[in-house]
Amino acid sequence: METLIHVAYLVASVLFILGLKRLANIRKSREGNALAAAAMALAMIAALIDIGTVDYTFILAGIVVGSLIGAVAALRVEMTAMPQMVAIFNGMGGGGSLLVGISHFWGNVGDGTGPMAGTLGSDVGITLVLSVIVGSVTLSGSLIAFAKLQEVITGRPVQFAGQKAFNGLVLVASLVIGAWLLYVGGGPGAGQSALIATAVLTLVLGVTLVLPIGGADMPVVISLLNSYSGVAASMTGFVLQNNLLIIAGAFVGAAGLILTQIMCKAMNRSLANVLFGGVGAEISGGGGEYTSVKEAGAEEAAMILESVSSVIVVPGYGLAVAQAQHVIREMAEILESNGCTVRYGIHPVAGRMPGHMNVLLAEANVPYDRLVEMDQINGDFKNTEAVMVVGANDVVNPGALHDDSSPIYGMPILMVHEAQTVFVLKRSLAAGFAGIKNELFEAPNTLMVYGDAKKTITKVVEELKAS
Amino acid sequence: MLSPLMIGLYVFVLAVFVGFELITKVPPTLHTPLMSGANAISGITIVGALQCAAYVDNPVVSNYIGFFAVVLAMINVVGGFLVTDRMLKMFGRKG
Repeated sequence: METLIHVAYLVASVLFILGLKRLANIRKSREGNALAAAAMALAMIAALIDIGTVDYTFILAGIVVGSLIGAVAALRVEMTAMPQMVAIFNGMGGGGSLLVGISHFWGNVGDGTGPMAGTLGSDVGITLVLSVIVGSVTLSGSLIAFAKLQEVITGRPVQFAGQKAFNGLVLVASLVIGAWLLYVGGGPGAGQSALIATAVLTLVLGVTLVLPIGGADMPVVISLLNSYSGVAASMTGFVLQNNLLIIAGAFVGAAGLILTQIMCKAMNRSLANVLFGGVGAEISGGGGEYTSVKEAGAEEAAMILESVSSVIVVPGYGLAVAQAQHVIREMAEILESNGCTVRYGIHPVAGRMPGHMNVLLAEANVPYDRLVEMDQINGDFKNTEAVMVVGANDVVNPGALHDDSSPIYGMPILMVHEAQTVFVLKRSLAAGFAGIKNELFEAPNTLMVYGDAKKTITKVVEELKAS
Repeated sequence: MLSPLMIGLYVFVLAVFVGFELITKVPPTLHTPLMSGANAISGITIVGALQCAAYVDNPVVSNYIGFFAVVLAMINVVGGFLVTDRMLKMFGRKG
């Protein structure tokens, strides 16, 4: 029987691999997700068989309650709110691993006095402490990321004096308590208190680690927390000596790490700078005055768009805020019916999580072959007649190319300034997340179209239809 | 004989490499569903949670904690896979 259960876990591991592999192909991706879900179901069935005949009250109740909450949340969430949804699910996974660690301790060490390494063995003990630490950081860090994205708390970095030192101390303290728990131990109840103390300290650490990171850096944070949730699951795998947990957790850990790397590279910043740099902390007054800005109305924009044969739309987080994705697609369809090609140039860090813009545009029925990544589309701007920047700012600032005093110097940008005409749809000339002036707004080929992006584009659509 | 910890480490390190290979191939367009899908997979901790919630006669503290672990992990699993499917369904259309 035991062999059979392990075979089932092995099959589940393989199904996870095949599922992830299919995720790389847009046409097979849905199937891939279904395979991964099947792997999860198989793993759960094997685990239940392994457990044998027990009282299933808690198990069933937990499955029903968790599934209901998860399903309702997943089916009701708006696509614009996807980053915070992923953040919260992430936190739940981390929290699950944290509780598994604590429960395992309560069940197997309990009131036992003396060092945990004596009761559980140091291998299990070490990983148990690690699963509690990583699980806690993932849980509270994700909740803070959620609060920032949902704008329950400010998206600006929250910093206090000595924050780094504080974080370092908290981490060291939790490790010291963990080590004490492992190798020294105490009288009845002392072990439990120590483990709870470790959990509480690292919950605090999760909060103070994410608070100083600004809203626009959330793609990095979410990716990193995603990685942590995988590592936490792996650690519980070590505790329970279950290879499936180790393997599946490692995949997630790797996925999160890759995305973290991609996001950092797309901003030309190191992970340390994103985590500790507090970028976006100071709200500057727009970072300098603009002198020669040209303005246009929706009518003028419509007139120009009507006469061109190539348009690239550059979306940013402002598109999500204005919920303008549907009306943009409508505009694109009208332009395409006039024989114009419309594509979308997408910067890797546009939005609040990796791939955020793609999801929004896919929701609005934009065919995915029109969504072009930065490296592929950057050479085409100089042959493009019109570009429409919707709610993006720092990722189209040419200052990043030549102004070495700029905080975003060296960051790869979309070369929209090379196009013949650039429309920038924006509420005002206010600075973007980096708090700096955008040279693009003063360029001779740029026309600023002020106002709410959705209203502006709706007006453009009306004009296009009328003519 | 290798200790279980060492065997686990071998498995972990090799799996990280497999994960890197698999995920590097995912196009940027699909990064959000990749993340939410990977996220759902991290709910694998449910396997441990189920064990923690199981008892024979009367539940003790560890089982109560286990119950909450099952709830959290299931939110992650069910929510993660469903929301990923919702997104991927939208990507199915081609112009």
